[in-house]
Amino acid sequence: MNLLSANFKIALGDFKLNIDIETPVHGFTVLFGSSGSGKTSFLRCISGLERAPKGFLKINEEIWQDESRKIFIPPNKRNIGYVFQEMRLFPHLNVEGNLRYGLKRLAPEIDDSLFSQIVEIMGLVSFLSRYPRNLSGGEKQRVALARALLTRPRLLLMDEPLAALDMKRKQEILPYFQRMQSELNIPIFYVTHSLNEVLQLVDTMLLMDQGKVIAAGPVEEVLSHPHLGQHLGHKLVGTILDTTVIRQDEEFQLTVLKFNSHTLYVPRREVFPGDRLRIHIRAEDITLAVAPIENKTSVLNVLPAKVIKTIPSVDDKCKVSVKLDIGCSILATITRKSLSHLNIQSGQNIFAHIKAIRMAHELN
Amino acid sequence: MDILNFNYQPIILTLQLAGCTVIVLLVIGIPISWWLAHTKNRFRPVFEAVVALPLVLPPTVLGFYLLILLGPNGWIGKPVEALSGSHLSFSFTGLVIASTFYSLPFVVQPLYNAFDSIGKGPLEVAWTLGASKWDAFWTVASPMALRGYITAIVLGFAHTLGEFGVVLMVGGSIPGKTKVLSIEIYDRVETLDYAHAHFLSGGLLSFTFLVLFIVYYVNRKLPVNFS
Repeated sequence: MNLLSANFKIALGDFKLNIDIETPVHGFTVLFGSSGSGKTSFLRCISGLERAPKGFLKINEEIWQDESRKIFIPPNKRNIGYVFQEMRLFPHLNVEGNLRYGLKRLAPEIDDSLFSQIVEIMGLVSFLSRYPRNLSGGEKQRVALARALLTRPRLLLMDEPLAALDMKRKQEILPYFQRMQSELNIPIFYVTHSLNEVLQLVDTMLLMDQGKVIAAGPVEEVLSHPHLGQHLGHKLVGTILDTTVIRQDEEFQLTVLKFNSHTLYVPRREVFPGDRLRIHIRAEDITLAVAPIENKTSVLNVLPAKVIKTIPSVDDKCKVSVKLDIGCSILATITRKSLSHLNIQSGQNIFAHIKAIRMAHELN
Repeated sequence: MDILNFNYQPIILTLQLAGCTVIVLLVIGIPISWWLAHTKNRFRPVFEAVVALPLVLPPTVLGFYLLILLGPNGWIGKPVEALSGSHLSFSFTGLVIASTFYSLPFVVQPLYNAFDSIGKGPLEVAWTLGASKWDAFWTVASPMALRGYITAIVLGFAHTLGEFGVVLMVGGSIPGKTKVLSIEIYDRVETLDYAHAHFLSGGLLSFTFLVLFIVYYVNRKLPVNFS
């Protein structure tokens, strides 16, 4: 397994970054947190654009920075790709000139097939001779992305690449991310404060607050950690499930999903049987019942579950989180009064009523 | 006025002086402006003020200090004389040095403004794309600062063409060595040779206007739009 070990201590004005983590370098890693939490500074430290006076950075057994031994590999020798929020295309070069700038320097041995492939993936074939000033925001961002990808980076760093785009442009560019991930297989570190745009792509999540990484791990674990509500906002706390589409129910206009042995119904989506769909169930959207009332409720999705444990909320004295086992763990938030009233105990069999299911990318 | 017997020497000398000065100014002005645009040194305002001094100082004051500095007993003049055996003051080389100081702000300020407005952003991109700092300077910062370069060269050249006070102090008026256009014009007026003075002044006026006009025109038409 490829790993990134990072240890950075740096003061930037009043702000202090204090990072000490080890995380896999594989797939899509999102650095999530509110603005001012240090995500961008962390990314800049990884790239070498910022040099932490106390710093250590190792990636795949290769040391990029070790201040105790005065080792610092400059950014141009790290073979990283960096996509900036403001895109930063070179205005004096046309699209092809921009794309070939890094290619010439970092990967001159690459034959033109990769160039053609990436230009094709990013949909830039007809733009090559245009200048950046004649491109829309979304087109610019695709050029910036292709430019970084063409150097065949070992790690692609992206700093809120969608933040400057409106909703329509975001939707326009997301499919390119997906294709990039499935066809090029380059590990990505992605900074964002708006998770919904990328949640469908994320494997690993680093949650940042006040210059520190406060939680790290698979996205479904981080999002279902009950104590993260105070950092994430309670609406984000919940469970991510990767489901498969079974069929469309034309009569009631529903889409039927399968997860483990469970069947779930959601309002009809334009998907096809066999498609994989990542769904998110908010902890607040689950109610619990101690007896089966399947035919006496309007809730469509009722799953038998077993109580794993109950976790008192840290910042909301009336609520309590209940961790359930439905083949994987799933989190529900109920009131303390209900907990005591129903006398819910660990190990107890129970029924989880799921009031709402949203697609992961509809999360907000 | 007899055109055939007209003395072109001051004109040629002036063009040579301006040309040499611009080259020297670029060599030292580019690093200075780059440094000013990127340094976080808290003494930066001091350096900015020093560079801007020739803008406001009477040329005679500047010329006076330069004369002392370049003279046979000056900090620069003495070692140079010991090494090369020739005077710096009242020589063409001395004039180039003096003009360099005199026109420095006209080269540094446009370059500084250009580098400053580019900022660090494009350079950071270049570095992450494998360019060294030196490489990024020539392939990203310089082409982006093209207008700044053109403005700097033209203002440096044109300003040196018209210098008078500093030249008079440091160079005197030795025909073929230090007698430049502005001094020739002054001499002609002193001897009431208005025909010659008209010809030279008119020529300088038209030439300078033409150069400035071309620069502003070309700058507007440049293909690169940085906004």
